[in-house]
Amino acid sequence: METQVNQKVDTSVPSAKEEVEKSLSPFQLAMRRFLRNKLAIVGLIVLSFFVLVAIFADLIAPHSPTAHNLYNIDAKASSEHWLGTDSSGRDNFSRLVHGARISLTIGFFAMFFTVALGVLLGSLAGYYGKWVDGLIMRATDLMMILPFLLLILTIVAILESVTITLFITIIALTAWPNLTRIIRATFLSLREKEYVLGARSIGASDFRIIFKHFLPNAVGPIIVNATLMMATMIILESALSFIGFGIPQPTPTWGNMITEANSLRILENHWETWVPPGIAILMTVLAINFIGDGLRDAFDPKSNQ
Amino acid sequence: MHRYIIRRTLQFIPMLFLVTVVVFALAKAAPGDVLSGEMLDPNIPHEVLEERREALGLNDPLPVQYWSWLTSVAQGDFGNSMQYTGRSVMDLIQSRIMNTFYLSLFALGVTLAIAIPIGIYSATRKYSLFDYGATTFAFLGLATPNFFAALLAIWLLSFQFGWFPAQGSTSAIGLTGFELFIDKLRHLVLPGFTLGLASTAMYMRYMRTEILEIKGSDFIRTAQAKGLSNNSVLYKHTLRNALIPIITLLGVEFGLLLSGAVITENVFNYPGLGTLFLNSIQNRDYPVIMAINLILAVSILVGNLLADIFYAVVDPRIRYD
Repeated sequence: METQVNQKVDTSVPSAKEEVEKSLSPFQLAMRRFLRNKLAIVGLIVLSFFVLVAIFADLIAPHSPTAHNLYNIDAKASSEHWLGTDSSGRDNFSRLVHGARISLTIGFFAMFFTVALGVLLGSLAGYYGKWVDGLIMRATDLMMILPFLLLILTIVAILESVTITLFITIIALTAWPNLTRIIRATFLSLREKEYVLGARSIGASDFRIIFKHFLPNAVGPIIVNATLMMATMIILESALSFIGFGIPQPTPTWGNMITEANSLRILENHWETWVPPGIAILMTVLAINFIGDGLRDAFDPKSNQ
Repeated sequence: MHRYIIRRTLQFIPMLFLVTVVVFALAKAAPGDVLSGEMLDPNIPHEVLEERREALGLNDPLPVQYWSWLTSVAQGDFGNSMQYTGRSVMDLIQSRIMNTFYLSLFALGVTLAIAIPIGIYSATRKYSLFDYGATTFAFLGLATPNFFAALLAIWLLSFQFGWFPAQGSTSAIGLTGFELFIDKLRHLVLPGFTLGLASTAMYMRYMRTEILEIKGSDFIRTAQAKGLSNNSVLYKHTLRNALIPIITLLGVEFGLLLSGAVITENVFNYPGLGTLFLNSIQNRDYPVIMAINLILAVSILVGNLLADIFYAVVDPRIRYD
C-alpha cells in the first residue's frame, strides 16, 4: 500500500508533475510515509509546543525562575503563582517554563555529541575493519558492561564539580556504544557492494567514500536512533539532576524541580511543585518516542508489522 | 556445545581483565589514597605517612600496584571506607548487598509475571481494545522516569491509600520468621514495581512483536495445517521460540536493574547498594565507589556469560556460528 510510485496504471505520457513525483528520493519517500503516521504527527505537535515554550520562556514566564522570596515559600496555587512556589519561594510555573529550555537543550546536545561520537567510531570500525574494528568493538563491549549510571556518577565524583558543558561531555563519552554498533553493522553490509568498488576504482578517497556513499545509506538508522536517544538523554538528565548530580541549582531543569519532592512534606502536600515537571518530562519523552517510532516505520516499511 | 561454552568462557577472561583495569584506573584518578583520612590528623607527622605509603607500595610503579590491588580484591579485600572510619568496604557492602539482590529479583519477577502473559494476550488479540490498552501502558511505562513513577507511587499508594510502606526495608525491629518475611515483602512492593516498570513495558512490547513475527513463519503454518489446536500451536510451537530471546535478555536485564536500583533505592530510602553508592558519591568515599563499580560490572559480565550459555543450551542453532 505504501508503494504509490509503482501503482500508476494509466500509460499516457507522464505530465511534468508526475515526472517530479517519480524522481522522489528514498529520503523524501520516507518523509511522506512519516507524515501519514498520526501518532508521529501528534508527537511532532507536542514536541513543537515544548520547543516553542523553551524558545519564548522569557515572554511566557511571569516571574524570574531564580528569584527567591523567603516570605512566600511553599505557597499554594494562586492567580499570582499559577503553580504555587517551591521551598525557596521561587515561582513553580516560571521554573517549569524555563526548565523546558534547559532540559531540552541538554537533551539535544547530549544526544548530538553522543551521535557524533557513535557515528565517527562506528564509521571507522565498519569501514576499516581489521584491527581498527577489533579495537573499537572491544571498547564498545567494555563500555556496555560497565554500569552506565554508576560510571557517570563515579566520573562526576572524581571531577568534584560539574558544569553543563562537562555534564554533556561525560554523557557523550559513556553513551556512544549503541550507535557505534548500529553504524558499524550498516557499514559492514555496504562494504562489499559493487558501487563502492566502483568508487574506489576511480580513485575516491576513504573520506569521500564514507561521506558520499556510506553515510547517506545509514541516514535512516542514524535519524531514528538519534531521535530515540534524545528521549533517553532527557530522562537521564532529569534522573541525575533529581539525585543532585546533574545540573546544579538554582538553574531550573525539570529534574531538579522534582528534587523538592525528596522532602516528604512537599511530596505529600504540594503536588503542584513536583507533578507538573514530571508530566512535562513524560509528555516530551512520549512525543519523541512517537516521532522516533514513526521515523523507524517510515525508513524501514518492513519493520511495520 | 562444549566447545561453544569453552570459547565463550575464554572470551570472558579478557573482558574481566579490562573491567578491573578500568576500575583501577578510576580509583587512581580519584583524588586521595588509603591514607588520606589520616592526613587530617595533625598528630601524625608527614614523614610517617610517607613511610607508610612506601611500605604499602603506593609509590610503586602502576603495574605493580595494579597487581597487588588485584590480588587483594580477589580475596575480597577492598580496603577501608574513608567515610566510616574503621569499617572495611567489604563489611559495608555485605550489610547491603542482599537487600539490593532481593529488590532486583523482585523487580525481575514482576517484569516477567506481567510482561509475558500480557504480551501473549496482546499478540493473540492484535488490535483489540486490550491490545491498545497494553500498548498505551507500554508507551507510558517507557516514557515515565523511574524516580517520578516512584514518587507517584509513594504519594498515591502510600500516603493517600496507606497500602504499602514508603520507606526502608523493614518497619519494626524484633519481627521474626514469617512475619519478618511478610514485612520485608511489603516493603519491596513499591520499589520493586517502580524499578521493574520500564522493563515490564519493554518486555511486553518485545513479547508481542516476537510472537507476531513467529506466527508468520512457515513451521507455524505447517503445525496448523496438520490440524493442531490453536492452543497447542501457541504454547508448544510459538511460545517456545518466542521465549528464547526473552530469556537471554534476562542476564543483561538483571545487571541493568542492579544499576537502576541506585535511583529507586534512593527515593524509597531502601538500604541497599544503591543508597550506599550515592551516599559514598556524596561523601567522596572512593574505596566504596570503586568496589561497587567493580562488583556490578562483574555481575553484569557474569550475567551476560550465563545468558549466552543458556541461549546455546535452549537453542541448538546458536552453537554452529
